Amino acid sequence: MGIAERKIEDANLLKAVAALTPDKIQQVVRSVTKGEAGARLAVYHETCMRCGMCAEACHFSLSHKGDPTYTPVGKMEQTMWRLLRTDGRVTPDEIYNMAQIAFTECNMCKRCVHFCPVGIDTGYIISLVRRICHLLGVVPMYILDTAHSHSATMNQMWVKEDEWIDSLMWQEDEARDEFPKLRIPLDKEGSDVLYSVIAPEPKFRTQLIYQAAAIMNQAGIDWTMPAGPGWDNSDMCMMTGNLEMMGRLKRAHYEMAQRLRVKRIVMGECGHAFRSVYDTGNRWLGFKDWPVPIVHSVEFFWELLTTGKIKIPQKFQKPVTIHDPCNITRGYGLMEKLREVVHMLCENVVEMTPNREHTICCCAGGGVINCGPPFKGTRVAGNKVKADVLAATGVEYVIAPCHNCHGGLEDIISHYKLGMHTKFIGDLIFELMEKPGAE
Amino acid sequence: MKNSGSQPASFASEWDWEKGKKTVVASVLPKDPEAWQEELYVSPDGTHMAAVVRLEDDSFTLRVNDGQWEQSFEKAWMPRFAPDGRLTALVMEDDQWTVAVDGTPWEERFDFIWNTMFGGQSQIYASIQSDMQYGMCKEGEPWAELHDNATDFSLSPTGKNSAAVVQVVPLKQADLETFAKGAYTVAVNGTAWEQTFVNAWTPVFNCLGEEQVAAQVRLNEFEYTIAVNGTPWPTTYNCVWAPSFDPLGSAVAAPFRKGGRWGMAVDGAEFWKPTYYQCWNQQWSFDAKKLWAIVAPEYGKFTVACNNTPWNALFPVVTDLVLSPQGTRAAALASHKNEEFRVVVDGVAWNDAWDMAYPPVFSPNGQHVAALVRKKDTMTVFIDNKPVGQTFTKAWQPAFSPDSSSLLLRGVQNGALVRCVLPLNELF
Repeated sequence: MGIAERKIEDANLLKAVAALTPDKIQQVVRSVTKGEAGARLAVYHETCMRCGMCAEACHFSLSHKGDPTYTPVGKMEQTMWRLLRTDGRVTPDEIYNMAQIAFTECNMCKRCVHFCPVGIDTGYIISLVRRICHLLGVVPMYILDTAHSHSATMNQMWVKEDEWIDSLMWQEDEARDEFPKLRIPLDKEGSDVLYSVIAPEPKFRTQLIYQAAAIMNQAGIDWTMPAGPGWDNSDMCMMTGNLEMMGRLKRAHYEMAQRLRVKRIVMGECGHAFRSVYDTGNRWLGFKDWPVPIVHSVEFFWELLTTGKIKIPQKFQKPVTIHDPCNITRGYGLMEKLREVVHMLCENVVEMTPNREHTICCCAGGGVINCGPPFKGTRVAGNKVKADVLAATGVEYVIAPCHNCHGGLEDIISHYKLGMHTKFIGDLIFELMEKPGAE
Repeated sequence: MKNSGSQPASFASEWDWEKGKKTVVASVLPKDPEAWQEELYVSPDGTHMAAVVRLEDDSFTLRVNDGQWEQSFEKAWMPRFAPDGRLTALVMEDDQWTVAVDGTPWEERFDFIWNTMFGGQSQIYASIQSDMQYGMCKEGEPWAELHDNATDFSLSPTGKNSAAVVQVVPLKQADLETFAKGAYTVAVNGTAWEQTFVNAWTPVFNCLGEEQVAAQVRLNEFEYTIAVNGTPWPTTYNCVWAPSFDPLGSAVAAPFRKGGRWGMAVDGAEFWKPTYYQCWNQQWSFDAKKLWAIVAPEYGKFTVACNNTPWNALFPVVTDLVLSPQGTRAAALASHKNEEFRVVVDGVAWNDAWDMAYPPVFSPNGQHVAALVRKKDTMTVFIDNKPVGQTFTKAWQPAFSPDSSSLLLRGVQNGALVRCVLPLNELF
């Protein structure tokens, strides 16, 4: 079944393609393929031999066995390869289809890169298709609204400046009932650690801020949280192809840390946000490296546990499995540290297969979950293979140090009735750590 | 617009510039080691320290040197000294917020208050929210008109006027249509421009302190430019950064991005061709003859450019560009991954590298540069590439005397807050 037969209505996709003309499409396609993309795209296009090895890599493809339109190369054929063949002379309806593929049928997880004999980075190519869609205004409604929030408030949840500070003060008050001396220091200049989170934390998951504060306090970390814009490290603009706004967000994030003269930024358990600061946003701004060191929570927790700053008197006893978020494992190599952390916390760890750099994506990342309810069915159906992998572990708990992964895994756990629960590492540490001084 | 690294001279002239070291507070720590004391801050002249202290549960006040404010509050945070030495803090009473100045809260109360700012004449401003309406207040007086949201708060150089980006049209959830029509603009002293934009950022005032304001604006999903008093430049770009006014007139400069490279535009016309991998934080000299900016002539290599001519020395990161009051010299910080900080003056890096450095400070006559630096747990001040010979466990920015003859150091030595006035002729 081709993309035309599985078209899903999205209010903004419908509206945006209605305003397109073939000339406008061609102009934008050329501006990206001949202007922004450069040699890398041309090399990929010339070297892809259509061997189909990538079909065995993609969770969409594995979950829709026998349908070549879900394979990475099939998606390339329907999107970028077609744009290149036609020099961008495609219809508005085709652009709709391409947007649906690029935004909702590829998580840019890059598992297929490991299966490609010549190492073609399909995630990169899909990001270029998204870039074209952005420049044409053809972006799914929900994720576009999130990008708009980023541009207006510098966070993805329309959280206003006072609401952010108030949320932190509220969590500090709550936590003081348990830890009387606990502080969430705001804008403390010169701290060792600046802790940054994604906007869903103050909006929906404030307990994660509570837990992080408790862990920081118990570990005796000299830390702070920012009181001003730049506190949200997430970046849906990176996912929509709005690179200009991505750069603006990352600049705000780095400059906030530079203004506070902190030694480093520790990020909460999020994958895409980490990628936006170590890989994409920093480079768009002209930095070869990151201007301020960014440490993912997995690395930070590893430090706390191995140095004894956090002590675990008794490990979690029930069997758990580990989900490797794409952006911090395939993208950054934290798979072994993640395992060491989980083994320091849990008595009985059952590896899912495949794992580490070959892990199968949660199907939420790459902004796919942010495309909202219209595409939830696509995500769930597109990751039957992950449900099978999870079920095969026979465990009740999945540890996933990434917000989007939680969202994606919870959806397939619910849909396929796996009876499992997800946990952040911070959940486990908070639950298990020694808490001297707690009341 | 920033165009000088020197402290407000009008207040510095009233400070004690008598040579020597004085202990201001014998111990910055609380007498009871178990007592709760946070957010240590020191006045610009170094004669006062302040910190938030907890008296009991839900009862906080400010310690000032060895005394404390009489009044306590349910919450208190962000102690800051105004340039004229007044101590401010954000405080809450009966679930209402305000600013307390030298221990006395403003009469006006708000549902929330944050982001204390000071004008050039030491006016006290803060961002406020009342009944979910947002804006600013000056010395307790809120804007006459508040808005659905406000961000990017800014003051004119004289401190007489304030501005912010405001939301003037309500947005429902996922209301793409209204957003695309423009729900944001700039409000000056609370009064919004008539024109609305998809987004607006970083309003800046004309250097002369008038009510003329320029800001970055986004005209649609893809086009950005600069608007001056609500009127956008006719030229659009695929990205711009914060504008700045020519100090002598009303010309506006702003970095822009075109074809993947950055240049500088003035009043919508190309001023520097887009050749840089990055270009931002531009500053005019006071006579508007020189325009300085942080630029990246090569990918991953940053420096400072003056009138589009970059320094030869390139670094992975350059921040904190500061001009001499005369505008003829510049200093900045260079670093790599937030380490190996170097002070770079007129394109030449000082010999030493530090774990952290703070923005350089020029003497009023422009002949000397001082910088606060930290290596491991020790802070000190370097002047013209030489250490001043005093070390601290914590220190604040140094300041020059208005006649450029002395340097004031403020810091903690052996647990005591000290202020040192060092005659420059004894340092060299």
